[in-house]
Amino acid sequence: MTESVSVATLVDWLSSFRDAVHEQGTYLTELDSAIGDADHGANLIRGMDAVMGAVAGEVSTVGSAGDLLKKVGMTLVTSVGGASGPLYGTFFLRAATATGDATSLDAAAVLAMLRAGLEGIVARGKAEAGDKTMYDALAPGLDAFASALESGRDVLGAAEAAADAAADGRDATEPLIALKGRASYLGERSVGHIDPGAASSALLLRALADALAAAG
Amino acid sequence: MKKLINKPEDVLADALKGVSEAHPELRVDHQHRVIYRAQPKDHGKVALISGGGSGHEPLHGGFVGVGMLDAACCGEVFTSPTPDQMVEATTVVDQGAGVLHIVKNYTGDVMNFEMAGEMAAADSGVRVETVVTDDDVAVQDSTWTAGRRGVGVTVLLEKIVGAAAEEGRDLDAVLDLSKRINAQGRSMGMALTSCTVPAAGKPTFDLPEDQMEMGVGIHGEPGRKRVPLAGAAEIAEQLVDPILSDLDFQGGPSIVMLSGLGGTPLIELYLLYGEVAVLLEKAGVQVARTLVGDYITSLDMAGASVTVLKADDEILRLWDAPVKTAGLRWGL
Repeated sequence: MTESVSVATLVDWLSSFRDAVHEQGTYLTELDSAIGDADHGANLIRGMDAVMGAVAGEVSTVGSAGDLLKKVGMTLVTSVGGASGPLYGTFFLRAATATGDATSLDAAAVLAMLRAGLEGIVARGKAEAGDKTMYDALAPGLDAFASALESGRDVLGAAEAAADAAADGRDATEPLIALKGRASYLGERSVGHIDPGAASSALLLRALADALAAAG
Repeated sequence: MKKLINKPEDVLADALKGVSEAHPELRVDHQHRVIYRAQPKDHGKVALISGGGSGHEPLHGGFVGVGMLDAACCGEVFTSPTPDQMVEATTVVDQGAGVLHIVKNYTGDVMNFEMAGEMAAADSGVRVETVVTDDDVAVQDSTWTAGRRGVGVTVLLEKIVGAAAEEGRDLDAVLDLSKRINAQGRSMGMALTSCTVPAAGKPTFDLPEDQMEMGVGIHGEPGRKRVPLAGAAEIAEQLVDPILSDLDFQGGPSIVMLSGLGGTPLIELYLLYGEVAVLLEKAGVQVARTLVGDYITSLDMAGASVTVLKADDEILRLWDAPVKTAGLRWGL
């Protein structure tokens, strides 16, 4: 059973997400070319490279989850631009508020952190279920995380359930008409394409499961 | 791709070097990518900031100067600038009377400026108000989209509201006027060709020789529909009709702008304006002031947009007030 998550494991999560956006960057940009402005992969690669530069050495020097996540949020906000900068940035800034001074998070604290982040995205982007956005991957992912905890699984099991549900949520954006963001100008023409923000959000939750699995 | 550039990733930084060399009346902060007036306005006056992705020049940097903006925040080509740029600019230009942020309605721009407003208020206590322009009639059903896009009316707003701020009106009055200008303006654009974003290296979309995109956005986003290429008289109708059916412009003076999108020569813009003017007169629109040229562009895209603003005596007086910027100058 994985009982608690250290700040070092949160750094591993970020590192794993950075690797994922590098690997999937071209795919994310292709999704964005179809219904957006063809820069989602490049923007997240730039942002996560800046994040890993900013948090290098963070574990030994700072130690608090809140300080780490706040730095991540500010770095994304100031390096990404576009719509994904404020959305991912707000996710981590709100997540930082939820974790505060803690240096170790139990499963409930991880869920609270993710929920605060999602609430931040909703406040910033005004997205609702079915609008074909990041929300459509993150919300089912977090619901699955909560259900898994309720049924007695540990934080790793919950994160794996979240990653699976987020991937399903991502795939379920394909037939939707986009109602938010630049894709919404396409109307019916946005049908038949997976939302790039939902795709990167699914990577974010998969990266968490990977980092927890590696931490044992 | 044939462009007058060194490296695609250096386009903005290199262009800002040129701006500072060419315009001693401007001060360029190359680190934050903000263009300021070299001589700040007087203490006690409201300051105006705008910004957005680059590639729409002269918008916004070309409108920094006496009678218009105090600062312009420059993002990468077609990418919103980031909140730290806007916070820096807001703090620098505030003369104790508050700052108006002028934001075009695009999801990224709106969210980045929103964060900047929150951060500036928290960090420095500067009072920030925001006007979001959304004049593009090509986006029809704004209930089911991110809303109408902010385009040509932004230019007219920066001029008129800039004059009001220069007169010393307070932030509430400046904000009210800016919202009124936005509500009274409508725009519609069309493209003959795509544009080429330097970092992409190839045209954003394919547009066959015999077709044109009606209702195109300023980043090459698709418009209302792709239609067969037509003569200028018919294109003028397709631009003017949706504007006039969206707002009643009769019974008062109007200001009309016909802006090129960057890749259309002035002779064609004037030719098209001749057709637009005939249609406006026929519809009973009284054109009091006119602007024809490249004012809000989309890199090298060929095409044009038409903006009509319902004015009154006060708005015309503010329009005629002195302005001294790289993109607009008269009365000084």
